[in-house]
Amino acid sequence: MDADVLHRLNEARTARRAVVLVKNLKTGKDSLVFEGETVADDLPGDLIGEAFRTGRGKLSESEDLFVSAYLPPPKLIIIGAVHISQALAPMATMAGLDPVIIDPRTAFATPERFPETTVMAEWPQDCLPGLGLDAYTAVATLTHDPKIDDPALTVALEAGCFYVGALGSRKTHARRIERLTDAGVAADGPSSIKAPIGLSIGAATPSEIAVAVLAEIIAALRQRPDAAA
Amino acid sequence: MAETLDENVLDIAQEWRKAGREVALATVVQTWGSAPRGVGSHLAIDGEGQFVGSVSGGCVEGAVVAEAIEVIESGEPRMLDFGVADETAWEVGLSCGGKIKVFVEKVG
Repeated sequence: MDADVLHRLNEARTARRAVVLVKNLKTGKDSLVFEGETVADDLPGDLIGEAFRTGRGKLSESEDLFVSAYLPPPKLIIIGAVHISQALAPMATMAGLDPVIIDPRTAFATPERFPETTVMAEWPQDCLPGLGLDAYTAVATLTHDPKIDDPALTVALEAGCFYVGALGSRKTHARRIERLTDAGVAADGPSSIKAPIGLSIGAATPSEIAVAVLAEIIAALRQRPDAAA
Repeated sequence: MAETLDENVLDIAQEWRKAGREVALATVVQTWGSAPRGVGSHLAIDGEGQFVGSVSGGCVEGAVVAEAIEVIESGEPRMLDFGVADETAWEVGLSCGGKIKVFVEKVG
């Protein structure tokens, strides 16, 4: 591998930019494909798309090419230090997500309630800009309180997060869409919010809702449309 | 996460290279059965045989390092095939054998 290719690969990883490395095992030529870029005709578009989706590497059938993905580790921002969050945060960690919990209500956002997770007792609009939300970040709002949830949803939609979900009934969500639209959030933004949050599995308890939310986040991550085409 | 540890291997490989050390990079490109490390796992090796990362959780690192030193000397990449014998696989905590294909190349 050329030292320059290694340097560019490491730069992309540091910048949390998804990149696929196509290694021609016969010629020794390495090509980097960055997410969102057009794939050159002489590169295997299908294998590259698959690598961006799954994050896994693969040897081509002919064994001439090795295609591997370097995706940023996904982050999960949980708004609300609530009961569901107490189950969701450790489950998310197990699934390979890096969770952060935000709730300005200091009685909820305590390290005692979340011994293993970073908890920030701040308003979302104050601390989210510093957390670097991006296309490999998921945001789940769980407080039921528009004063806390709405600002987080606005920031998440503007940042292009791969998943934005909000707790609340259909009726609650209809009012939420109205509020966000009135507040000037781009037209297609509010409609992309997953609500009611979580896959429909009849979840009844906070832990079960956490499973439904986590499954929905994983589906959003792994079933993204081809990131490069 | 395992991925995070793996990716640090690439940073270390770059640092070694910058410091003027000869470096080879080994990458798992295919696995069968219960191979201990997934496709894309890296091992970085320097000309003195020092290494970071892993391609098999300890089973075949010794052999990969020896091959890597030759790759550094010759500059020619190699594809290595390893069958993890049942007995060895048992020792690393696997109930059945696995096979891995490892590509070793010099970082130029």
